[in-house]
Amino acid sequence: MKLQILDFERPIVELEQKLEEIKSHVKGQDINLAPEVRKMQEKIEATKKEVYANLSAWQRVQISRHSARPFFLDYVGLAFTDFVELKGDRLYSDDASMPAGLATIDGIKCIVIGQQKGRDVKENLLRNFGSPHPEGYRKALRLMRLAEKFNLPVVCLIDTPGAYPGVGAEERHIAEAIAVNLREMMILRTPIVAIVIGEGGSGGALGIGVADRVLMLENAYYSVISPEGCAAILWKHRKHAPEAAAALKLNATELLKLELIDEIVSEPLGGAHRDPAAAAKSLQAAVTSALRSLEKVPVEKLLQARYDKFRKMGRVQE
Amino acid sequence: MAFFKKPNFKGIGAKTREMPEGLWTKCPTCGEVIHNLALAENLRVCPKCDHHFTLGAHDRIASLADPESFKEIDAGMTSVDTLEFKGVATYLDRLKNYQEKTGLKDAVITGPAKICGHPVGLAVMDFHFLAATMGSVVGEKITRLIELSTKKKMPVIIVCASGGARMYEGMLSLMQMAKTSGALALHAQAGRPYINVLTNPTTAGVMASYASLGDIIVAEPNSMIGFAGPRVIKETTHQDLPAGFQTAEFLEKHGLIDVVVSRTKLRATLGQLLDYLAPATK
Ligand SMILES: [Zn+2]
Repeated sequence: MKLQILDFERPIVELEQKLEEIKSHVKGQDINLAPEVRKMQEKIEATKKEVYANLSAWQRVQISRHSARPFFLDYVGLAFTDFVELKGDRLYSDDASMPAGLATIDGIKCIVIGQQKGRDVKENLLRNFGSPHPEGYRKALRLMRLAEKFNLPVVCLIDTPGAYPGVGAEERHIAEAIAVNLREMMILRTPIVAIVIGEGGSGGALGIGVADRVLMLENAYYSVISPEGCAAILWKHRKHAPEAAAALKLNATELLKLELIDEIVSEPLGGAHRDPAAAAKSLQAAVTSALRSLEKVPVEKLLQARYDKFRKMGRVQE
Repeated sequence: MAFFKKPNFKGIGAKTREMPEGLWTKCPTCGEVIHNLALAENLRVCPKCDHHFTLGAHDRIASLADPESFKEIDAGMTSVDTLEFKGVATYLDRLKNYQEKTGLKDAVITGPAKICGHPVGLAVMDFHFLAATMGSVVGEKITRLIELSTKKKMPVIIVCASGGARMYEGMLSLMQMAKTSGALALHAQAGRPYINVLTNPTTAGVMASYASLGDIIVAEPNSMIGFAGPRVIKETTHQDLPAGFQTAEFLEKHGLIDVVVSRTKLRATLGQLLDYLAPATK
């Protein structure tokens, strides 16, 4: 599949193409272009640093939605081992947009849950573009209770544009499914680590996001409404999404400043899609370290800290 | 107590009916022209067809709480423009505008009260204030009320209405869903009842938190209730929406709502439910 190129990545891609040209030129010839190659490589690195150090909120949203960005099951393959998928909410159906199951991360057995997007039409039909129905949230809660029963920690990888806005979703009470998760995750007697790996789309993201540690990949976003949705309402047109993205303060750095997340997990330069294996390594280290620090905490203390953490979110004047 | 005489419209053609502003209201459902005092006396419910007009929080509290029993808490709490939100209008301008227009500080009023003799923690949202969107103030006031009720061993009653999350507060707004739902978890663990009333409209982030979590969920007739807006659903699915979609009656049929009850019978219904769920606290 051809790699999707974002507008602001173009200068980098052009330089990389030039480098390839130089290299192919050299092939089979007796000229030493090593200094040119080195110069070009340095130029590429410098350009990357410049471009990626100054990304706008909207550019990060674009990276978070990049079609080559590692998705949930990519991370399950790269950062976890021995995954056994467990399906179904025992009420209505299985939701393929939110796979879940037993897995091991750096020797720690856990329940892993996440929203899964697709890379082509067929995959997206199956995965519903990563937008879960109520069954996804109910399956997630069923498996969290299983985790509680068997003393396994829960790891949630968040990547959804939002819970699905559809007739069936409403008829089977998607709002209720999310609400119940929020209430029950707050008192689940086992450690929970959540990490936003791509899109943290509103209630659909939070529905598996009430956790002892909330991490975010560097280029992920987490927002109360999509930038397009916000632009359509407040600016009266979706084309103002870049302004809305900036106004919503939805990037990891902003959210850390607001104390709404606990930690930013770094991505390889240019974003996770440029080196999925490196991104997975980074995620694995962060999740493992969070799990190891939580496993030592007595459960009553864990629950009190979880409650207090969300309790203090919000700013008011009295 | 009718302390005014209702003029008789019989025999007067519709065209000649004049409606001096602020005195008369036309029912959008049946077309009945109702004197505002009569409408207020009937809790803003059309006496002819049971259409429910939007009811402000203060009027709602007066209609539900035993006389003199409601004691407002956190009355002075106001929103902060933490994000320094710059859109077409600034958040601070919007807040000021709505505070002046409604006389309210934000979209919810909370406090202990008595309903039919039962001590309860009562929260009432007011759709007139920024479409009763939930920001930090709504989340904080509701959470404090739930925590107070847990401590005082009281049931919680929340009358919900909401257009969803308060965009101007970004993620601070979204996290109010987790905060309020978490407080309800502890209230439930303490064995206290929670009853919520869904009014027109209750949607999105509020629906996906405390508005869906009542031990008993009551709704006013014909209220629009849902997670996503009907326009968004249509655009996403390219599907026609079923008749009555996202109304209280539709959700009663689909298993979310326990009781649909007219506002004129709401206080009595809550009293009866509390008699069953909280007999000791009366
Ligand atoms: Zn009427």
